[in-house]
Amino acid sequence: MLMGWDVAIEIRSPGSVFGADPAEAIVVLLGTWTIRLLLVTLSISTVARIFKRPRIVTLRRTVGLWTFVYACIHFTAYFTLLAEFSISAWLEDFSERTYITAGMAALMLLIPLAVTSTRNWQRRLGLRWRKLHTLIYPAAMAALLHVLWAAKASFLDVFIYGLALAILFGERIVVRIRRRAGRGAISR
Amino acid sequence: MSFVIKTPADVRPSEITPERVYQTRRRFMHVIGAAGLASSVPAVALHTGWMDSKGFAPAPPSEDTVTPRGYATSFNNFYEFGTDKNDPAELGSRLTTEPWKVEVAGLVGKPGTYDIEDLLTGVDLEERIYRLRCVEAWSMVIPWIGFPLKTLLERFNPLGSAKYVAFTTLYRPEEMPGQRSYFSSIKYPYVEGLRLDEAYHPLAIMAVGMYGQVLPNQNGAPLRLVVPWKYGFKSIKSIVRIELTETRPRTTWNLTASNEYGFFANVNPTVHHPRWSQGSERRLPSSLFNGNRKVSTRMYNGYDEVAGLYAGMNLRLNY
Ligand code: HEM
Repeated sequence: MLMGWDVAIEIRSPGSVFGADPAEAIVVLLGTWTIRLLLVTLSISTVARIFKRPRIVTLRRTVGLWTFVYACIHFTAYFTLLAEFSISAWLEDFSERTYITAGMAALMLLIPLAVTSTRNWQRRLGLRWRKLHTLIYPAAMAALLHVLWAAKASFLDVFIYGLALAILFGERIVVRIRRRAGRGAISR
Repeated sequence: MSFVIKTPADVRPSEITPERVYQTRRRFMHVIGAAGLASSVPAVALHTGWMDSKGFAPAPPSEDTVTPRGYATSFNNFYEFGTDKNDPAELGSRLTTEPWKVEVAGLVGKPGTYDIEDLLTGVDLEERIYRLRCVEAWSMVIPWIGFPLKTLLERFNPLGSAKYVAFTTLYRPEEMPGQRSYFSSIKYPYVEGLRLDEAYHPLAIMAVGMYGQVLPNQNGAPLRLVVPWKYGFKSIKSIVRIELTETRPRTTWNLTASNEYGFFANVNPTVHHPRWSQGSERRLPSSLFNGNRKVSTRMYNGYDEVAGLYAGMNLRLNY
């Protein structure tokens, strides 16, 4: 929302907020918010488990949908400001630039998740809904690759995102192992 | 880190000089510059000293609109100070540029360590308005002040066996925070190089100023290369070492990602890059909605007179 304000100022006095190259700056800023939201989405269930607050899981849908919205705006900013509405420029980027390929993959993987986020779809899909929504993991990996391959020489951001993702994945693996061990103990 | 995009500290609206005002001021500077009064221009307090007393020959009017100074001094790739475009402007002021010495080595008759003042004695400074095309698909138009690289190199009496010239940027982590980064894949100091015939081309200059003033630190003070037909990263900044060699010198971006950045790095819209389309460029400052300033990228950045240097070469292999 703050960004809308910044964009308004930028339109009134070009260069004042986003510098000499506002197109690039805005795409990068939106991308940064997209991956942060993605990481927040993934951390909700982790936080719920660690702090034993199961009710916060109800936030996940909202935050997840905002992630998707930001990913769409990020893509729209790319398509309008950088590709300048040129489908051929977009296709060239998609086929020649691996970081764009990865970004598109992440966005594509988020689409079915956004579509099936309603209660209705949840009910309709039943157990398969959970399975479908594990697509968030490959989506997160693709997003991380997108940022890694977009990086030129400075890897601090990628390192932080990667570390966060590793912790979130790691926690899930630990939970699985524990559950399995727990089940084993009962059957014995 | 690109978490927050800050307003460049030093672009005040008052500092973004409209083109017409710039042209007038430039003429003014020329007149008073020779009298050593250039420091009375109020815009920015820069070190004056050796350059102002010299004056310079102004460039003829350019077909391109000069980029307002405030953008050229606040949007920089100078990773020694950080990877964000506004890092060099914010952190560059820490750099001490006086005194400044340049080591001259290799296949020359007169090696040694020279003070920058010595390198500039007897040199006539001239203004050159050049397009600067960054490999990141943006460009600016900058009025440099400098002198042909050839005049500099010839003072050191290059030996017949010299085929290349190698340059090194200052390595001073105390003043250059980017050189201390643990997350940088670049090995410092930054190194660049040219084939000697490229270096001798009249378009290749050593710059000591821009916009009628001494170079700001973020733009490569006090001495930098400008080769306008190549991508910007070839135009190495804050030079402390020049060596003439027989073998092709190593160059920083080529060492960092050789599949992306070659030794020659001539602007070439037909050679695709794995990151940016090189067919067009955003002429900065671009604006969001008032019509973008995308222009087609030209071979050799429009400086066709250098084509002879590359006759018969496969430019796809020698990118
Ligand atoms: C879920 C999907 C995505 C996420 C999480 C994401 C995230 C990011 C992030 C964090 C950055 C900033 C990198 C930096 O710090 O420099 C970025 C940059 C960028 N993204 Fe995305 N992105 C996504 C999808 C896409 C898509 C679909 C496209 C276009 C087809 C795209 C195009 C770009 C471009 C052009 C940049 C600028 C790269 C640069 O010049 O540094 N992204 N993205």
